[in-house]
Amino acid sequence: MKPLLNLWLAAVLVLFAAQAQANLTIEITRGSDRAVPIAIVPFAVEGGGSLPDDVAQVISDNLERSGQFDPLSRNSLIARPSSSGEVNYRDWRAVDADYLVVGQAREEGSNYRMQFELMDIYGQRRMIGEVVTSDRNELRSAAHYMSDQIFEAITGLRGAFSTRIAYVTSEGVGDDMRFALYIADADGRNSQEILSSDEPILSPAWSPDGTKLAYVSFETERPAIYIQDLATSQRVRATSFPGINGAPAWSPDGRRLAMSLSKDGQPEIYIMNIAERSFERMTNSSSIDTEPSWSPDGRSIVFTSDRSGGPQLFQLDVASKQVERLTFTGNYNARGRYSPDGDSLFLIHRGNNGYQVARQDLGSNRLTTLTDTRWDESPSVAPNGSMVIFATQQGNNGVLGAVSADGRAAFRLPAARGDVREPAWSPFLN
Amino acid sequence: MQFSSYAKGLVLAVSLAFVAGCSSSGGTQDGTMGGTSGSGAAGQGVGSGQVSGTGMNGGNGTTQASQQGIPSVRTIYFDFDRDTIRSEFESVLNAHAQYLRANPNARVVLEGHTDERGTREYNMGLGERRANSVQRFMNVQGVSPSQLEVVSYGEERPAVRGNNEDSYAQNRRVVFSY
Repeated sequence: MKPLLNLWLAAVLVLFAAQAQANLTIEITRGSDRAVPIAIVPFAVEGGGSLPDDVAQVISDNLERSGQFDPLSRNSLIARPSSSGEVNYRDWRAVDADYLVVGQAREEGSNYRMQFELMDIYGQRRMIGEVVTSDRNELRSAAHYMSDQIFEAITGLRGAFSTRIAYVTSEGVGDDMRFALYIADADGRNSQEILSSDEPILSPAWSPDGTKLAYVSFETERPAIYIQDLATSQRVRATSFPGINGAPAWSPDGRRLAMSLSKDGQPEIYIMNIAERSFERMTNSSSIDTEPSWSPDGRSIVFTSDRSGGPQLFQLDVASKQVERLTFTGNYNARGRYSPDGDSLFLIHRGNNGYQVARQDLGSNRLTTLTDTRWDESPSVAPNGSMVIFATQQGNNGVLGAVSADGRAAFRLPAARGDVREPAWSPFLN
Repeated sequence: MQFSSYAKGLVLAVSLAFVAGCSSSGGTQDGTMGGTSGSGAAGQGVGSGQVSGTGMNGGNGTTQASQQGIPSVRTIYFDFDRDTIRSEFESVLNAHAQYLRANPNARVVLEGHTDERGTREYNMGLGERRANSVQRFMNVQGVSPSQLEVVSYGEERPAVRGNNEDSYAQNRRVVFSY
């Protein structure tokens, strides 16, 4: 334990690569047939002109991507009101809009003061309205905030548009590869490099408070788990045991890290108490036990094990260390992640069409495949449970995909070059 | 992975062995914390693994090391979802075993790899299983456990790209990295 402690204390400062950009673009691949039509009018700017970032378009893109909304195209907007007082509800019923968003902005120094309002067309009422002041360089963030408010007002579900995603990129093959860890806004924009290396980086995991990432890096030519503070870039090496140091997963209280260590000869699930730097072995089998993920109540951990042959998901009771098999459909089920309500699991299921994201209801144990791609990996659930982001293949390139929790809507986030994988959706950050 | 940094480690290991009067008798401890070659890796600062530019590995017959007698074939391949050593590769393993027995100061990292199908951390386990299988074979051939270290790369370093069986077959491998 002594060397580990020393390593822990040897905190390393990693410099942000200032201009490194790997923005992802978004392609909608499947629209939902139940999407609600909504009209979003471009914001009027006092004195004319337009906003440096098209706030109404950002809101429209966000709502469309959620799969729950079908924004009207701009040329079918029947009028351009900028406040609720200017709205003629009958006009909007005529174009079959259920909801309407209008807004206006005024430049104040380096800021914009923006007012947005949401109307229920059939109820003929204003649902919400708010004034948001934002730096001119932060208009997209302001638009994500407004999207969150609109989404919640209509669906009752908290919006997750102001969240972020972490992901890993790679280029090259074999011994000539370059890996990088990024975080970006949930829409793929505003990307920022966290770490780059000639050695593999994988399994990024957000701390529950959104301030840190745990991940696996091979930068010493051996796998080790690191914890990096995102604000200060300070990081510590949490584990570097002989063998596999993999699959870090934060407990809901942020004090413990579940992980897979093979120092005993084969990968076993361990729980590390982060403050005490102590480790408790949780599984005991000659199989591969890995990919732990905590239930929202922190009482159990789902993990992948091939103790019964092929990989299947098992649930570990943290207090008793009792293990129970959860998946029985097919011969490959791996990398489970709980939904935020704890009622279902998202996982990778191998069926006739390859490796796909699936959801298993924990009440009925019924498994439903959500995607129509063939090489899916690494599902990660949005904090409001509405979407799952995952890695998949487009041609020979690794891209990120996302699918709504009901499988009705899907989109892709390809990168300009190289492969993208290992997405991790952040918790709520505000 | 990179030859030059390994070579530095090798020089370090050899000189340490001299200084310590060859205290490599920790047979039974090996494989547990006793075999902490991790502490060797820990000695290198974070990021020092990136200093040398070009990665090199086995299969390259022109390296200085191979001129010293390291067998030139350094990669063996596996069947899908298997860690059993195919009989056609036993001669390759025997050649490495012979070299390692003759050069007790030589050390090798057995890099286990999988194809890209399936989940990454589970594949990390499968890659380790393949490398462990080679390690057991070498031990049976009389190679000292202290000369062997297993590192699984899972699916992280494919030798070739492509979603077809040809590519997959080339990626399911264990590489001897001296």
